[in-house]
Amino acid sequence: MIPPPFDYHVASSVNDAIGMLQKYGAEAKILSGGMSLIPLMKLRLAEPAHLIDINRISGLDNIKEADGFLRIGTLVREADLEKSELIRSKYPLLLDTTLVIADPLVRNRATIGGNLAHGDPANDHPATMLALEAEIVVVGPQGERKIPVTSLFTDLFTTALSSDEILTEIRVPIPPARSGGAYFKLERKVGDFATAGVAAQLTVGKDDVCERVGIGLTNVGLTPLKAIKAEEALRGKKIDGESIKRAAQLAAQESEPTADLRGSEEYKRDLVRVLTIRALNRALERCRGGK
Amino acid sequence: MGKQKIRIKVNGADMEADVESRLLLVHCIRDVFGLTGTHIGCDTTHCGACTVHLDGKPIKSCTLFAVQADGCEIKTVEGLEQDGKLDPVQEGFWQEHGLQCGFCTPGMMMTSVALLKEKPNPSEDEIRLAISGNLCRCTGYMNIVKSIQYAAQKLRQGA
Repeated sequence: MIPPPFDYHVASSVNDAIGMLQKYGAEAKILSGGMSLIPLMKLRLAEPAHLIDINRISGLDNIKEADGFLRIGTLVREADLEKSELIRSKYPLLLDTTLVIADPLVRNRATIGGNLAHGDPANDHPATMLALEAEIVVVGPQGERKIPVTSLFTDLFTTALSSDEILTEIRVPIPPARSGGAYFKLERKVGDFATAGVAAQLTVGKDDVCERVGIGLTNVGLTPLKAIKAEEALRGKKIDGESIKRAAQLAAQESEPTADLRGSEEYKRDLVRVLTIRALNRALERCRGGK
Repeated sequence: MGKQKIRIKVNGADMEADVESRLLLVHCIRDVFGLTGTHIGCDTTHCGACTVHLDGKPIKSCTLFAVQADGCEIKTVEGLEQDGKLDPVQEGFWQEHGLQCGFCTPGMMMTSVALLKEKPNPSEDEIRLAISGNLCRCTGYMNIVKSIQYAAQKLRQGA
């Protein structure tokens, strides 16, 4: 499949890329890992006249903790997340997530920034970032601003970024002690989008009382969803079989799946329930220091 | 939307080409450089038949524009054999009957070579995970796993 013709531009800096975005407007797309954009162009579902390649901009591929946040540069590849000692030791929810994205070859190119900026409800990082209550840093002609991930996804394939802004960094609040998270995804085969996925992040106090909880849902709505009612049902309560069961029912009710080749609406709702139970149980184990 | 000049080091040799920006790397490798060992399978980023190394990392060359590889190094299946001697991975696929129709083999071997460079002694699970982006419709993967294990052992013995 041959994509339509386009002009290819290599951006040397973030400001350079923003200048090009201003110049070419709606005709331009940012090329990051390209693992979603290039297939879309080959299918001619996207036909940008200008591609702005940001892969050669330096300084956008760091993974570090600073100022109370885990800061991940937009060009960090999934394979880099998987190999990062910091992610492996301290951010199990992120590690779970990256390991089930596409396949290992795609993960050598795919970037975390692209996964979020694409605004695809079937992508995996959105649910995880909703659970982690992350914020993203975007840079535009007026400078930098921060957008909470909870207000990032405005519609199908649509984000709160304006056409001349670039997502440069993801900031995840460093979790306190006795925190843990997990991501569970059902896919028909490696590389498929999720039939459904659930990300859960917990912080528990004495006697497993829930101090902080975030639950994000993948591919069961027009946008990535935050299971707000399920979270409310757990906050301040003891996390146990009973409360997890109740939260999972609420998450299933809150999901908005549609029937497709991956399953019926009813099936997907029940899948959300089951995966929420599994994700919360694993997250709780990890709060207690388990693997 | 004119053509632009790119320079890529392919299997150690400096290559130059004038290409349209929309030319996919796999088409550049096959049609411009004439290296047809790299296959086009699904053309949708699923099957991995087009796997090559881009600066040492295995990637699907049907999902990268050739212009993106400007200034980079790529290695294709033709670059595995050195001085008439098969790479241990190639030898493994031969000895352990790791192919039937052979269509997935170039990509499968490129992924295997990259795996063994990173993990010289992979477990069976690690092998199966590493090749999970490469589809084979003939072998059922059993002999592919054995081929990679053969190569791993040979490399450890200092082939």
